[in-house]
Amino acid sequence: MAEKTFNITADTGIHARPATILVQTASKFEADINLEYNGKTVNLKSIMGVMSLGIPKGATIKVTASGADENDALQAIEETIKKEGLGE
Amino acid sequence: MIQLSGIAASNGIAIAKAYRLEEPDLTVSKKEIQNIRAEIERFEQSVESAKAELEVIKNSTEERLGADKAAIFEAHLLVLNDPELLNPVKEKIENEAVNAEFAMRETADQFIAMFEAMENEYMRERAADIRDVTKRVIAHLLGVQIPNPSLINEEVIIVAEDLTPSDTAQLNKNFVKAFTTDIGGRTSHSAIMARSMEIPAVVGTKEATAKIESGALVIVDGIEGQVIINPSEDCIAEYEKKREKYEEQKAEWAKLKDEPTLSKDGHRVELAANIGTPNDIQGVLDNGGEGIGLYRTEFLYMGRDQMPTEEEQFEAYKTVLERMEGKPVVVRTLDIGGDKELPYLNLPKELNPFLGFRAIRLCLEKQDIFRTQLKALLRASKYGNLKIMFPMIATIDEFHQAKAILLEEKEKLVQAGIEVADDIEVGIMVEIPSTAVMADQFAKVVDFFSIGTNDLIQYTMAADRMNERVSYLYQPYNPAILRLISIVIDAAHKEGKWVGMCGEMAGDPIAIPLLLGLGLDEFSMSATSILPARSQIKKLSKQEAESFKEKVLSMQTTEEVVSFVKKTFQI
Repeated sequence: MAEKTFNITADTGIHARPATILVQTASKFEADINLEYNGKTVNLKSIMGVMSLGIPKGATIKVTASGADENDALQAIEETIKKEGLGE
Repeated sequence: MIQLSGIAASNGIAIAKAYRLEEPDLTVSKKEIQNIRAEIERFEQSVESAKAELEVIKNSTEERLGADKAAIFEAHLLVLNDPELLNPVKEKIENEAVNAEFAMRETADQFIAMFEAMENEYMRERAADIRDVTKRVIAHLLGVQIPNPSLINEEVIIVAEDLTPSDTAQLNKNFVKAFTTDIGGRTSHSAIMARSMEIPAVVGTKEATAKIESGALVIVDGIEGQVIINPSEDCIAEYEKKREKYEEQKAEWAKLKDEPTLSKDGHRVELAANIGTPNDIQGVLDNGGEGIGLYRTEFLYMGRDQMPTEEEQFEAYKTVLERMEGKPVVVRTLDIGGDKELPYLNLPKELNPFLGFRAIRLCLEKQDIFRTQLKALLRASKYGNLKIMFPMIATIDEFHQAKAILLEEKEKLVQAGIEVADDIEVGIMVEIPSTAVMADQFAKVVDFFSIGTNDLIQYTMAADRMNERVSYLYQPYNPAILRLISIVIDAAHKEGKWVGMCGEMAGDPIAIPLLLGLGLDEFSMSATSILPARSQIKKLSKQEAESFKEKVLSMQTTEEVVSFVKKTFQI
């Protein structure tokens, strides 16, 4: 299992467009990918799951991936988060 | 043959087949099923069909309205790919041996309830997305069609209870020949859209959806406010003739396109247009507009999930200024709040939104939003003849605050070496009675006034213009309104300032002689009203119209004013 923690710096947090892009990225991989915030864990391939967390600016989130392509998946998600200016 | 009467909301005559824009019956009942495999497969197929349909809508929206407006359909597609929604539905079919429609409905309802219970308004709105997507899947399961106005590919007349902005955004002008609706008035969204699309419309027929079947032949007469269903051959021939006559008159008007607006006795006024987006400019130019009297910038902010950036705004303002080639462009700063909501602002619901936290009141508190808009405007100012107007000003102090912020932003840009026009006029909307009464004082500090009659009437008469039970109080020709208009014009002229009007009243044939007589300088209206107004003004004498001023202002009732104007000016 691979995991990584991010700090969200985007003003709007993760909702709407950013959530869409993250889910689209995660859905490309076979691995099971989860997103953890504030004690709740959701499937990162689920738009409703991600949005239901209502992740605000300043949040710390943890992404975990497990499966054959877990490392690639985590790397792609990290790139997306940085490229979209969501966090670091 | 059935005839319905309604409100003539947009001129012209159209004859075409009816297209009902309505929701089919999507009632779902619970059924026990035998073949679980087959049911899950049926569910999966319906999801695929719904996805294919959404792809088409997304692409056509993107083509016509841009990626921005298509983003909502992208979100809908993701919901249809969401394992957290699809898997529970399949499990339910399997574990409870129930039909797919029922499993989908029950599962989606849980999500809808969850999102609706959230604190954040943005999240609550997501419930609507799930509801929308669920409807689409259930429609496929039930084998019924959800109307898709963006997919219309033959000439039709749209029949609906009412049209929302998102409905109208999907309409293709090449095929949609007219609208008719059950509810609404001349100032409702559907009416304004019809005029900007330049297609005939009759609104407020009360029973269009009850009487018109899908595919029935319909005549919409937007001049007289009549709708005829299944017309006889004779009737069609009669309306064909009427349509030709109207087209001829339009051709006559078109000759006035490049002429200045002069009264019979040589008094010059300006006829400008109200616009919502840069796309409306073509219509303004085609109809001989001498300027933009009201650019409603709130459309830049609506129908999306976050603020437009300074750059996006700059591009829109620059386009409008450039395309108007030095003609005046009055831009109204953000007029949001009240009935025009922006979900991403997360504003609390108000009991009296029209009297609440909106327009300049909101901008003075949420200054980051206001400053971004002003910066974009100032940067665009060098591309044309920009005038900036603040909405809903109630006190002199509000104007001073807003202007101070504008000057601060201007100074910052100048310091940064960015070119800003020197001669930007700064004015206010007059739509609150306190401002009209204090016009003599305002006239000393502003560069111009623009009278927003829709709101001025509702605030003066204390009658909500959306409330049909008090709609009789929406009286543009009431002497109280005319006196306020007269006070504002006289006060402005005394200080050498000009006065425009940007409500529906400015393009109204009955109001035009009155306004000319009161001395209005600029009339801003729907683009399609400009040429008829120019033709009317050319036949009027300013001096004669002015000579009735005292008489009209001392009348007692709206009816008295209207019958006097009709008789005197033969309207």
